[in-house]
Amino acid sequence: MFVTCVVDQVFPQVGVAITQVLERLGYQVHFPEAQTCCGQPAFNTGYTEEARKIARHFLDVFRDSEAIIVPSGSCTSMISHHFADVFQHDPKLLAEAHALEPRVWEFSRFLLEAAQVDDVGARFDGIVTYHDSCHALRELRIKAGPRKLLAKVQGLTLAEMDAAEECCGFGGTFSVKFPEVSGAMARTKIDSIQKTGASTVVSIDSSCLMQLQGVIQRAGLPIRTLHLAEVLASR
Amino acid sequence: MVGGAERLIVTAREQILGGVRKALSRTAGQPPLFETAPTLRIPRSDRNLYVDLFVQKLENLGGKSFRVRDTAAVVPAIAELLVQKSAVASNSPFLRKCGVTGLAQVHAGFTDREELKEACAAADFGITSVDYALAATGTFVMLSSHSEARLVSLLPPAHIAIFPRSLLLANLDELLSILPRPADQTSSMVLITGPSRTADIEQILVRGVHGPGEVYAVIVENE
Amino acid sequence: MKAPETEIQQAINDPRLQLAIYTGTGRLIDHRAKVVGAEELPDYQELRNEAHAVKKHTIENLDYYLEQLESNVIAHGGQVIFCRTGEEAADFVLNLAKERGLHMLVKSKSMTSEEIDFNERLERHHLEAVETDLGEYILQLAHQRPYHIVAPALHLTRYDVARIFTQELGVENEVVIEKQTRIARGVLRRKFLEAGIGVSGANFLIADSGAIVVVENEGNARLSTSAPKIHIAIAGIEKVIPRAQDLAVFLNLLGRSATGQPLTAYTSFLSGPRREGEIDGPDEFYLLLLDNGRTKLLEDPEKRQSLYCIRCGACLNHCPVYRKIGGHNYPWVYSGPIGAIITPQFHGVTEDTWLPFASSLCGACAEVCPVKIEIPKLLLKLREEVTQVKRKEDSDVMERFAFQLFAWVAVRPKIYLLLASLGSLFFPLVPHIGPLKKWASQRTLPEPAKQSFHQWWAARKGSS
Repeated sequence: MFVTCVVDQVFPQVGVAITQVLERLGYQVHFPEAQTCCGQPAFNTGYTEEARKIARHFLDVFRDSEAIIVPSGSCTSMISHHFADVFQHDPKLLAEAHALEPRVWEFSRFLLEAAQVDDVGARFDGIVTYHDSCHALRELRIKAGPRKLLAKVQGLTLAEMDAAEECCGFGGTFSVKFPEVSGAMARTKIDSIQKTGASTVVSIDSSCLMQLQGVIQRAGLPIRTLHLAEVLASR
Repeated sequence: MVGGAERLIVTAREQILGGVRKALSRTAGQPPLFETAPTLRIPRSDRNLYVDLFVQKLENLGGKSFRVRDTAAVVPAIAELLVQKSAVASNSPFLRKCGVTGLAQVHAGFTDREELKEACAAADFGITSVDYALAATGTFVMLSSHSEARLVSLLPPAHIAIFPRSLLLANLDELLSILPRPADQTSSMVLITGPSRTADIEQILVRGVHGPGEVYAVIVENE
Repeated sequence: MKAPETEIQQAINDPRLQLAIYTGTGRLIDHRAKVVGAEELPDYQELRNEAHAVKKHTIENLDYYLEQLESNVIAHGGQVIFCRTGEEAADFVLNLAKERGLHMLVKSKSMTSEEIDFNERLERHHLEAVETDLGEYILQLAHQRPYHIVAPALHLTRYDVARIFTQELGVENEVVIEKQTRIARGVLRRKFLEAGIGVSGANFLIADSGAIVVVENEGNARLSTSAPKIHIAIAGIEKVIPRAQDLAVFLNLLGRSATGQPLTAYTSFLSGPRREGEIDGPDEFYLLLLDNGRTKLLEDPEKRQSLYCIRCGACLNHCPVYRKIGGHNYPWVYSGPIGAIITPQFHGVTEDTWLPFASSLCGACAEVCPVKIEIPKLLLKLREEVTQVKRKEDSDVMERFAFQLFAWVAVRPKIYLLLASLGSLFFPLVPHIGPLKKWASQRTLPEPAKQSFHQWWAARKGSS
């Protein structure tokens, strides 16, 4: 499992939830403790050199892993799509990155396609709306999967928001460089969430949830943000 | 063009083409690398349904259609529209065949550009035939020629296009398959799809901005 | 160099403007969605692939197709003028008008002409260029730049238009949109019939036909190119496509992507002056082929796909950043995602270095681009170039130091974990750190967890 730096430091409960769900399904979960980051923040800000160093460390840590589960659409996409860009001038590392690709799994996809389950016996009461995080939706083509998993959660009602596919406004350093725009984008999302009457917004990307949570709390709204794993781990 | 200016223009041409070749690492006269033939998607559908489809599409756009059995039924179909109105008709033989050019309020037979422009600017209706019509989109295809001038379907605030059903094609792709190089035949081919419109202000639809706001098709089924 | 922060802030805090932009683009999004779905257009993805392939082929053999275009235009009685700069294009028109004693021309919508400040250049030499597209006409009266590639007056309400008409035309205050349109129609009708020159842009240039294609809804392009005796078309050299039959793919994509119309009201295929026997149409046709830096863009094999753009505006409509900051906060006439990738290529990455970063890389643009330009990929490439320049210039030291430090730490897990555990001590300082202040002001800050996942795992391991 590659928990991602955001989960590690800010939302460890997501990592805990994934561990629980996988162990309940009979998997043995390994957590290589030397893991740090996939390098996406550096890559997206144009610091390709720095991203390369971080990505290389990732390869070192996960080279021999059987399956790497990632609770983030954007980090999965960084590893399986953009490592090739980062290593384009280094044939050896490029080959390693390509060899790694088929073993990298976004969490919901792992459940549906590798574990072949859509019902993990979860229970979560309430109205939930789902946010399609951009990398997951457009680079990994993940849309129906998480909804399928949510549909099997007992007690859960899924209410679709109009702006489900619109960007939450995080974009990594984008939210730091263009904070007003980032905030305005989040507020548009939150208006859409409120229209659904949902008390919880779920995503497969913790950075999106972090972005939304920040603006929700600032506005004092009674909306929770939860990672899909946390919903699936609830009993 | 003035002689001195000509030299300057040649230099700009060579500079631009030279710049393009350099950027692409190509040499002058080098033929292009392989290209595939264009894909034309012509539906295999029942031609008998083309009129229905055309009428439906045109009406969705705010145009109106009349379906008449034969050329003799054309004038009665449009007579009411033309009451107390003036019209300019093109020189299309089909219009003559339908008796349109014989009507009192219809002015036809223009061959002088200025006279035509003046007449069209003053007329309530422009009446034309078409060269083709496209069922999939409710489109008139008009080629500029000695029979069809450009301004007749453009200047007057209303346009009536009268044509035989045999001119209906499935769609744009079919048009391009039978007319692969329109420029060989005319300086102007226009695809007219419904009335002139705009949504430039608050995305609110308004018809009849510069071109005709009212468009009528008269389709002669037996031709 | 710096982002227009104040203006962006103003745009975001203007509820009327935000509503106009959001609903305007929202309608265009919905219109498009209705006509590219699996039922309406089952071949949509294939069409995109074909369009991309044709553009790629043409751009990679551009000189060949430009020459073919030129010889066919000449064969049909027209003339081709290659223009390196906007100035050359404007000078040609000025000289021609002067020669013929003409003082006014009518013009249909052309972003290329906006790009080269065509109207301003002409007006400086007392040649009046009248915009005839309704949106562009309103903007001309208001002395404003287009707000959107396809819907130039997206940001204006009927009340804005009423005010502009009263102020500039002296008419009584009129807020009914249909009546406003009639006012414009009346004024412009006279101009069409009086003008000695009509200027148009071109959506496509057809090499095998020596023709231009102009796509519109109002009829002003038809009138501008049919009523005056001289027709001048201005187009960038990248607009060429090989064959008339290629229009099957492009016309099936353009209207749908731009406004949700399978075909716009008028599509004109024009090849030069009127032929013998034709009753009306221009006597003279001039095609101005504009470079203005396009050959520079051609040089980069990765980024030259930016030239595939058919100016549909779909990327603008779907861009969450455009939908917040609006078209006037982009530094050039081309706004939205396409503007973000071509502006630095035309002007150099050192101008407006903020522009490639003004994106969350959500990818909505690439998803809707009819010619499949990889916009996010090009944004990343431009970001890398900006960073390299900064490295060389030794500017933005703090940011570079931060990332270098992060990279150094991220490959040393023990140090990474140590710093992370100390991080919670330093966290309260975040809102006070310069660049993070504004970020912090928009939200309640996330708090670092009391126990990181690493720590949780280690504890679990220890206790088992």
